[in-house]
Amino acid sequence: MSAVLAVQDLRKAFGGVQAVAGVSFAIAAGELLALIGPNGAGKTTCFNLVNGQLDADAGEVQLLGRRITGLPPRKIWGLGVGRTFQITATFASMSVRENVQMALLSHHKRLRAVFARAGDLYAAEALALLEKVGMANQAERRCSVLAYGDLKRVELAVALANSPRLLLMDEPTAGMAPEERKELMELTARLAKGDSMAVLFTEHDMDVVFTHADRIVVLDRGKIIAQGAPADVRADPRVQRVYLGGQSARTR
Amino acid sequence: MLSLRNLHACYGQAHILADVSLDVGAGEVVVLLGRNGAGKSTTLKSIMGLLPPHSGEIHFDGARIDGKAPHDIARLGLGYVPEDRRIFTDLTVEENLEVGRQAERAKTPLWTPERVFALFPNLAEMRHRSAAQMSGGEQQMLAIARTLMGNPRLLLLDEPSEGLAPVIIAQMARSIGELKSQGLTVLLSEQNLHFASQVADRAYVLEKGRIRYQGAITELANDPDARRAYLSV
Amino acid sequence: MTFSSIVLQFINGLAGTSSLFLVAAGLSLIFGVTRIVNFAHGSFYMLGLYVAYSAIGFFGTTILGFWGGIVAAALVIGVLGAVIEILVLRRIYQAPELFQLLATFAVVLVIKDAALGIWGPEDLLGPRAPGLRDAVTILGGNVPQYDLALIVIGPLVLAALWLLLNRTRFGILIRAATQDREMVAALGVNQKHLFTAVFFLGSLLAGLGGAVQIPREPAQLFLDIAVIADAFVVVVVGGLGSIPGAFLAAFIISVVKAFCIGIGDVTILGFDVSFSKLTLVVEFVIMAIVLVVRPWGLLGRPQGQQRGAGMLSQPLPQIGRRFLLIAGSIVVLLALLPALGDRYLLVLLIDILIFALFAASLHFLIGPAGMVSFGHAAYFGLGAYGAALLLKQAGLPMELALLLAPLVAGAGALLFGWFAVRLSGVYLAMLTLAFAQIVWSIAFQWDAFTGGSNGMVGIWPAEWLSSRTVFFYLTLIVCLGAVAGLWRILYSPFGYAMRAGRDSPLRAEAIGIDVRSVQWFAFAIAGLFAGIAGALFAFSKGSISPDLLGIPRSVDALVMVLLGGVQTLVGPVVGAAIFTWLQDEIARATEYWRAILGLVILLLVIAFPQGIAGFAGRLLARRRSAQS
Repeated sequence: MSAVLAVQDLRKAFGGVQAVAGVSFAIAAGELLALIGPNGAGKTTCFNLVNGQLDADAGEVQLLGRRITGLPPRKIWGLGVGRTFQITATFASMSVRENVQMALLSHHKRLRAVFARAGDLYAAEALALLEKVGMANQAERRCSVLAYGDLKRVELAVALANSPRLLLMDEPTAGMAPEERKELMELTARLAKGDSMAVLFTEHDMDVVFTHADRIVVLDRGKIIAQGAPADVRADPRVQRVYLGGQSARTR
Repeated sequence: MLSLRNLHACYGQAHILADVSLDVGAGEVVVLLGRNGAGKSTTLKSIMGLLPPHSGEIHFDGARIDGKAPHDIARLGLGYVPEDRRIFTDLTVEENLEVGRQAERAKTPLWTPERVFALFPNLAEMRHRSAAQMSGGEQQMLAIARTLMGNPRLLLLDEPSEGLAPVIIAQMARSIGELKSQGLTVLLSEQNLHFASQVADRAYVLEKGRIRYQGAITELANDPDARRAYLSV
Repeated sequence: MTFSSIVLQFINGLAGTSSLFLVAAGLSLIFGVTRIVNFAHGSFYMLGLYVAYSAIGFFGTTILGFWGGIVAAALVIGVLGAVIEILVLRRIYQAPELFQLLATFAVVLVIKDAALGIWGPEDLLGPRAPGLRDAVTILGGNVPQYDLALIVIGPLVLAALWLLLNRTRFGILIRAATQDREMVAALGVNQKHLFTAVFFLGSLLAGLGGAVQIPREPAQLFLDIAVIADAFVVVVVGGLGSIPGAFLAAFIISVVKAFCIGIGDVTILGFDVSFSKLTLVVEFVIMAIVLVVRPWGLLGRPQGQQRGAGMLSQPLPQIGRRFLLIAGSIVVLLALLPALGDRYLLVLLIDILIFALFAASLHFLIGPAGMVSFGHAAYFGLGAYGAALLLKQAGLPMELALLLAPLVAGAGALLFGWFAVRLSGVYLAMLTLAFAQIVWSIAFQWDAFTGGSNGMVGIWPAEWLSSRTVFFYLTLIVCLGAVAGLWRILYSPFGYAMRAGRDSPLRAEAIGIDVRSVQWFAFAIAGLFAGIAGALFAFSKGSISPDLLGIPRSVDALVMVLLGGVQTLVGPVVGAAIFTWLQDEIARATEYWRAILGLVILLLVIAFPQGIAGFAGRLLARRRSAQS
């Protein structure tokens, strides 16, 4: 199986500090890859290099064999990359359904239309997407009154609007209760397998990572110190020391 | 010393705190535990008058303080260190301390820059440096130091360990212990149970804006069910 | 230019720097701490001149009397600023940014009429400074001694301010509050006292800036707006909140202006170029260049994303059957009004309809698109001038001129919008103001083409439209149709994309929306519709003048939108109707209509911080929830 996303020797420095220092990894269709590491390890920078929010100093990001390094986020979206944000970003003046419709309007290149009634366009598709994430019953509510976990699901529906080949999720379960976390990640896994979509996510909660990721990449000070299947990563002594050690000290 | 009675708070239409009641006795270190969005920061902001509560009462040293302006609350002897530190990065370390300085309060030891530097020796070496050039740990220390310059009797610390390296967290725990031994009362919010159990006497656990658990910190640390139910560990 | 004339122009520029710097520094301090863009700052400068004139008259023209008068004037203005802060602004610190702006503009109106009442409409030129009445000869040119004194005063004040800000507790608190005023309050500092003190200091600087000009410049009533525009430019070029930046910007602008005057009219490559006429525009050109290259100003620092005008997170109202019913009845009622035969009423109604469209086009920009414009009159004026020029200079029939004129405005908005959408918040607002001022200057100075300050006359509608009644129906149809069109766009995919870009630029980009180009087209659309209003206005009056493009008219539109309520659709239309009617009523009743209008605005702002329509909507909602 060829890679949906391939990252090669990615580098980025901020004022002399190498935030990402030569990172390479790849994700296949249907695969969930978790990017983990202690605070300041370069997860967020790495993530933002892939989604186009930051420009890399060196290295390359390829989507389905096509170079996307240096493209702005909106172009990358156009090539089939959906994303959810760490701090949810929705359109507060719109209903849940309208948020999804907005993404659909953009996907179908209807944004320049000035006479059509936006509310009538792609309403059924939007509801279908909301159905997928279990939010159809709240379609007419305003995003500003939703519970946090529900907002995350709306974001997921928005991210799915362009039938992405790659889904980027920044801390998808932060601030959610354990049951909600499990639900959201199981849903994501189901969608990934069903639509053979690749998923790259960062996450702090090790339960989520080890239960739901197919593969894990561990970063420390901008470099990959381990990658592989969850069991292998968990057993890796370096990972134990820089990251999980601290975590288990917290738990015990 | 500080007591909250049936506190409710809202941001716009979102109900953040529901019926929160808690007490902090003089000389105690009390921790508020809970996940992101559980209402910990909101509780501290409500106490400080930065987010006036919707209903309920807050008493400090016998005086009712809800509805008062933040600067009046600060002048009564409540010191607040916010989550994101909110250091004045345009100012030097010394100037930051100057902003926090308040007149001496009766029956409270007076904090001077020298005393503050004794508690946080790293700061002394950079007193003329711009706060923008400090690391996260140094900024956290400066934030506490700045608040101490107001000679508080009760310190509100919002997630003091957040985003800090383990070495710095250990140092922070020692500093809080030091402050406690000098008689300061502390109410802090935390997600890091390990850190909390090092510094606190008692704990309250918040979930979705409600107090779900309260008791000695050792009890909570030894109760795996409670930990799993309310905390992310 | 010879070496000596270069030096002399340089000295000239330096002398001009001081006043400009004083005003700008005060504005910058006040904005930094209170986040209020104080439109009344220019009025403080103007009052500084008037008060200094009277104070020196009172103290006598001795050295002590002169300088004592200047210091007294500065102090009086400082106290006045503090009083205004306590009486007005303190009540609205929690209100949306634009309401504060509106309140300070109301203060401008009140102060202007107060000055008119106290000092009369004549220009008042003060005495020359005793002991500094002569000129010194430098490199063969004469330089007034007083100019040399001014050159010293600016840097002295800069040094004093630097010491105050860096060496005193008050200064440290100001700098801290500029960064995070809530945190300063949480540390036990009384914000109210700090804000009042900063207002005192800032106003004092403006007053001083005016007072020291008394031997060079007469006290005049139009100075308030002229100076506030200059001060905006200096603050923005220098960087919001940077005092040294204000000095640098004041210096650059003054020197460039001095050189433009010094060069005068010259012939370059066979073209006659009048550099002296460029002085009105040159500072705005400098500002536009600086903002595009360095959006946060020369010595300023990049600021976080600034938010829009308070319509954030407000959903679009649903246009229901009831709304259509009420709107329909109002239209029918309007259509029947000519039957009353009241000619004056028709004139007023035509004005109201035109301004309702103008306000709705500004609301389109401020509300759903989230971009605040201080210079929307530029596009109203371009529409009016476009119509007049197409009729008179191009000789087109009136109908065609009316049809094409909005395109002139739309083209102007397309051009200026390209720059404007690169910025956000206060910077964007100030850039729009700068562009409006450029258009105004061109119209004001190009005598041969635009009629200069006199404008143009004889712009009458075609024969078949010449009756008041017919023209009323034309206006009714065009304006209602245009407003309905604007609203329709809001409910279209493009309108949704506008709101998406406003609500969350991050999310909008992440779902493929090119936020900048959406904003650019929104800007052009708003300009086009303002142009329709402008073209109709030109034909309804039969004449045009540069006033149509001026800052006061831009502010009028802002007042209409905010008065009505930016978070509703009908708000701006209601606001336009009330404002136009009120202005007309008061202007007929008293010479001091501006002051009355200002006081009314102040009352409304303090009583209804959500606007009239917003207030009514809330009442309605409360009644509904009480019933259910």
